[in-house]
Amino acid sequence: MAEIKTKDFNEPDRTQMLDRLWEIQLKYGQITDTDILKLSEMYNLSGIEVEGVASFYHFFHRKPTGKFTIYLNNSIVSQHKGYTRILETFERETGAVLGSVDRSGMFGLFSTPCIGLSDQEPSALINFYPFTNLNAMKVKDIINKLKNNANPKSICDSPPDNIRYTPTENKSVFFRNFIPGTALAKASEMKPNGVLDALRVSELAGRGGAYYPTWKKWIAAKGQPSSPKFVVCNADEGEPGTFKDRVLMNSQPASLIEGMIICGFTIGAGLGIIYLRGEYRWLKAKLEDTITEYHNLGLLGKNCGQIRGFHFDIRIQMGAGSYVCGEETALLESLEGKRGEPRTKWYFPVEKGYLQQPTVVNNVETFCAVSNIIDLGTEHYLKLGIPGSPGTKLISVSGDCKLPGIYEIEWGMTVAELLELCEADDPYYMQVSGPSGECISIKEKFRRISMLDLLARKDIRCGGSFMIFNSQRDLVKVLMNFAEFFKQESCGICTPCRAGNFIIHRKLERLDSGMAIDEDLIELKTWGNIMRAASRCGLGKTATNSLTIAMEKFHPYFSDKLDKEFNGQSMKFDMEAATREYEIYKK
Amino acid sequence: MSKLINLTIDGKKILAEENKNLMLVARENGIFIPSLCYYEHIEPPLGSCRVCTCNINGKNGPACTEKVSVGMEVQVNKEDLRDIRKALVEMMFAEGNHICPACEKSGHCDLQHMGYELGISSIRFPHLFKDRVIDYNPSRIVMEHNRCIKCLRCVVDVHSKDGKRVFNYLNRGNETYVGVDYVEEAKLTDDEIMNAMKICPTGAIIVRGVSMSEPFGDRKYDQESVQDLRHTEKKETSGHPKILEKKIIATVSLAGCFGCHMSLLDIDTDLLDVIELVSFDKSPLTDIKTFSHRCHIGLIEGGCCNSENIETLKLFREHCDILVAMGECAVWGGLPAMRNSIPLSECLEEAYLNCVTNEPSNNIIPYHEDLPKILDKVYGCNEIVKIDYFIPGCPPDANHIWKVVKNLLWGEEFSVLYSEFKYD
Ligand SMILES: Cc1cc2nc3c(=O)[nH]c(=O)nc-3n(C[C@H](O)[C@H](O)[C@H](O)COP(=O)(O)O)c2cc1C
Ligand code: SF4
Ligand code: SF4
Ligand code: SF4
Ligand code: FES
Repeated sequence: MAEIKTKDFNEPDRTQMLDRLWEIQLKYGQITDTDILKLSEMYNLSGIEVEGVASFYHFFHRKPTGKFTIYLNNSIVSQHKGYTRILETFERETGAVLGSVDRSGMFGLFSTPCIGLSDQEPSALINFYPFTNLNAMKVKDIINKLKNNANPKSICDSPPDNIRYTPTENKSVFFRNFIPGTALAKASEMKPNGVLDALRVSELAGRGGAYYPTWKKWIAAKGQPSSPKFVVCNADEGEPGTFKDRVLMNSQPASLIEGMIICGFTIGAGLGIIYLRGEYRWLKAKLEDTITEYHNLGLLGKNCGQIRGFHFDIRIQMGAGSYVCGEETALLESLEGKRGEPRTKWYFPVEKGYLQQPTVVNNVETFCAVSNIIDLGTEHYLKLGIPGSPGTKLISVSGDCKLPGIYEIEWGMTVAELLELCEADDPYYMQVSGPSGECISIKEKFRRISMLDLLARKDIRCGGSFMIFNSQRDLVKVLMNFAEFFKQESCGICTPCRAGNFIIHRKLERLDSGMAIDEDLIELKTWGNIMRAASRCGLGKTATNSLTIAMEKFHPYFSDKLDKEFNGQSMKFDMEAATREYEIYKK
Repeated sequence: MSKLINLTIDGKKILAEENKNLMLVARENGIFIPSLCYYEHIEPPLGSCRVCTCNINGKNGPACTEKVSVGMEVQVNKEDLRDIRKALVEMMFAEGNHICPACEKSGHCDLQHMGYELGISSIRFPHLFKDRVIDYNPSRIVMEHNRCIKCLRCVVDVHSKDGKRVFNYLNRGNETYVGVDYVEEAKLTDDEIMNAMKICPTGAIIVRGVSMSEPFGDRKYDQESVQDLRHTEKKETSGHPKILEKKIIATVSLAGCFGCHMSLLDIDTDLLDVIELVSFDKSPLTDIKTFSHRCHIGLIEGGCCNSENIETLKLFREHCDILVAMGECAVWGGLPAMRNSIPLSECLEEAYLNCVTNEPSNNIIPYHEDLPKILDKVYGCNEIVKIDYFIPGCPPDANHIWKVVKNLLWGEEFSVLYSEFKYD
């Protein structure tokens, strides 16, 4: 068999920075100056560097966050399902105002972008335990219980998986009875090259949204002379409206773990790390249990899967509230205990990734697909989907439909079929692949969902998020919600995204208030192009995607919002608003 | 030494060492690619400002984080790329609070320099006027957060003798700023602290007690462009009559200091020629208070800080064929816009109640229905009406103003010299 290099190594202490910060945050509800000082001594860093890390992640606070810390999801789906009313109820019941702690110090109330529960909105995390399908009554009840010192852990919901659809006749790739060890045993027989072949033949491409061929990534990492190598699972699932990875980790954790082991075996890595988003802390125990089970079965650890010389282990790293950490190089920085700033393209992760060593980063669904493809065999897999786009894809459906949840579709299904399956209610426009993706109008419902014909915009590829909006929804408000999201989540390291998202948001406010003119629409479009051309990572590059596309597809809607009295000379100016502050002050 | 390879930049064939930084290769071959964060000895390169965005093998990306390779094709001077780079520099002006005439670094500042090289006379983006503090806590420096462009140079390059960072980003997104570690900062040697100021491309890091010896106007970036092509701003000549018929000009000073008007008179004896050819309508120069004719050009000094400014500006728009925003205040608000990041009440109290020059018994904030109302912030003229041309400077150079005016009135061809194009 192929010689697999493993070497004993220690991850530097600093990689534990986020864990330490988490411990402090969870125990004391805040990170104080003294904590920063202690950590800086521990890691031999300056205080400002530790503070830089702590202040990057929005679940770390430098001020108290209350005995019970509430994070209410403010994503657009939540907004449409009654966010405002829920927020008011929380404020009334807890006495805390959004963004702060009530006087007694009991409740801290904050908002946060999508927490991966779009199929059961409005939802919130309290001390990082999930509370879903909230209504005013339920909120009252929860707060009452907490006031009587209930433990959030014992009163939280356990979010159902809501798997609504899988291909018929046992054709499901992901949701089957996966028996630990079977795929690894097959992989061991196939040898690394056999695994790579299988992935190439099955045309598996990254399910995190970028669709880079998985085998190419793996072969590049395999070919690197340097050791140790690492396998990283991207479980940051931050794209609003996506929750497929949540459901996979909750229902099929074994196939994920095994996919990572197979990757380790193929590229010659000794350690796998799952980067789990902070919002999914409640899923951590499940993964840990599975890892323990794998150890007990001899499928992790020394000579795992009875493959001599193959030593592989997996650990979990918790994220701490940052969408951009889903970008693979930002994720690597975060793993190293740093700020989650995407790297430049000076090196690729497969050359110099985690700790500057060769690293494969793949999405949860990608790893699950690997173990299932190996287990089922490529022949079976290739029968699914359509030629050129074989297999199935998990889609998280949310928004205006009766049956939000997970749909495992065969590639090639049309938008119309999907809308029918989920019993969409007056669908008008759909946001495909989340805010950074593409919006489509109901007129395009006959487009197929596949990996083909993307350039001609014939078929549409879906990263996993599929949000449905009915004709009563205000498109500009939807886009403003997205713009606000990008503005908050930009890492801030590059100009076009840091300043650009802020600027775009200002412009949208203008549009929303009816003060914009035709030229503003043109500017929005060209400014979006500038951000796309010049941003450092995918966040800035795609932040204005939906806006640009929406302005094209729903042009009349936008022209309707413009200042109709504009005479080409004077802009609309709201003198009353502009002098209000002065008048109020004088009174 | 690694092997030599061929690449092309803007069609020009170039021989260079494989894997060398593209930015360096371009520089060595006399090709100007704008840059702000790139600093030769920092490796890997920072890639934060994106001002060096070019087209590399068909894809847009920064030149400074690219290694040259066999057959690489690079485009630098395409129209769309120029515009992208210009926009990026404009974003930095829109994002920060840059008041060049009040800045120690003016003339030595890389950001300002890029503005000059790229011929930025107005910012297409709305100024964000984010409230940013000045940090006086460090013992050796003053950290002027209004001017920081988050290039990352200081973060990566400045370390204390214990090898610890002195500067680091804090927060994220548009809340990002560069924090100073006061403990480590105090450990820096004199040379190290001077170096921190030197590597900062803007006036964000100012060492206490150090004065800049050269006067404004004689500094590094004041006189000459680094580009082969001298920076010129050509205006279309067609459409405007060539015959020197007499024209009517109106001028006004809104929320300005009359500095631009003073500059207007600063062309010495040339003024006599000009007077022959133009007559002034409503203008402080003639003290005519109302429009008596339709005017060919309205020159606006100052932005809008009160309700009367708005009305006057709209009146100018109605009565003038062409409106020119003359000077920084008219262009985007300028010095008076320093108040835009501070609540109005605080400004009024500071100016009228707590001001040291106030007569103790006479502190009252003026308010009367006949007085103009103070606006929530100072507006640049183009936020209120359509502005046709912008002349930067605080105040603009007299030659610059008249060259623009003559061009607009009689189609005279002109080029503004690099040394006449200024923000301070
Ligand atoms: C802003 C941004 C956020 C991202 N978030 C995620 C994420 O949450 N999960 C994920 O798997 N990939 C995410 N990606 C894509 C990753 O960068 C990377 O392509 C992916 O993890 C590779 O795995 P794959 O090839 O299996 O898809 C994100 C990319 C960007 C630019
Ligand atoms: S595009 Fe945005 S998120 Fe990405 S590196 Fe730039 S600032 Fe950071
Ligand atoms: S000189 Fe430079 S740093 Fe100073 S205000 Fe002008 S642009 Fe900003
Ligand atoms: S302080 Fe200066 S060197 Fe540091 S990031 Fe800001 S602009 Fe760059
Ligand atoms: S000079 Fe290249 S990104 Fe700043």
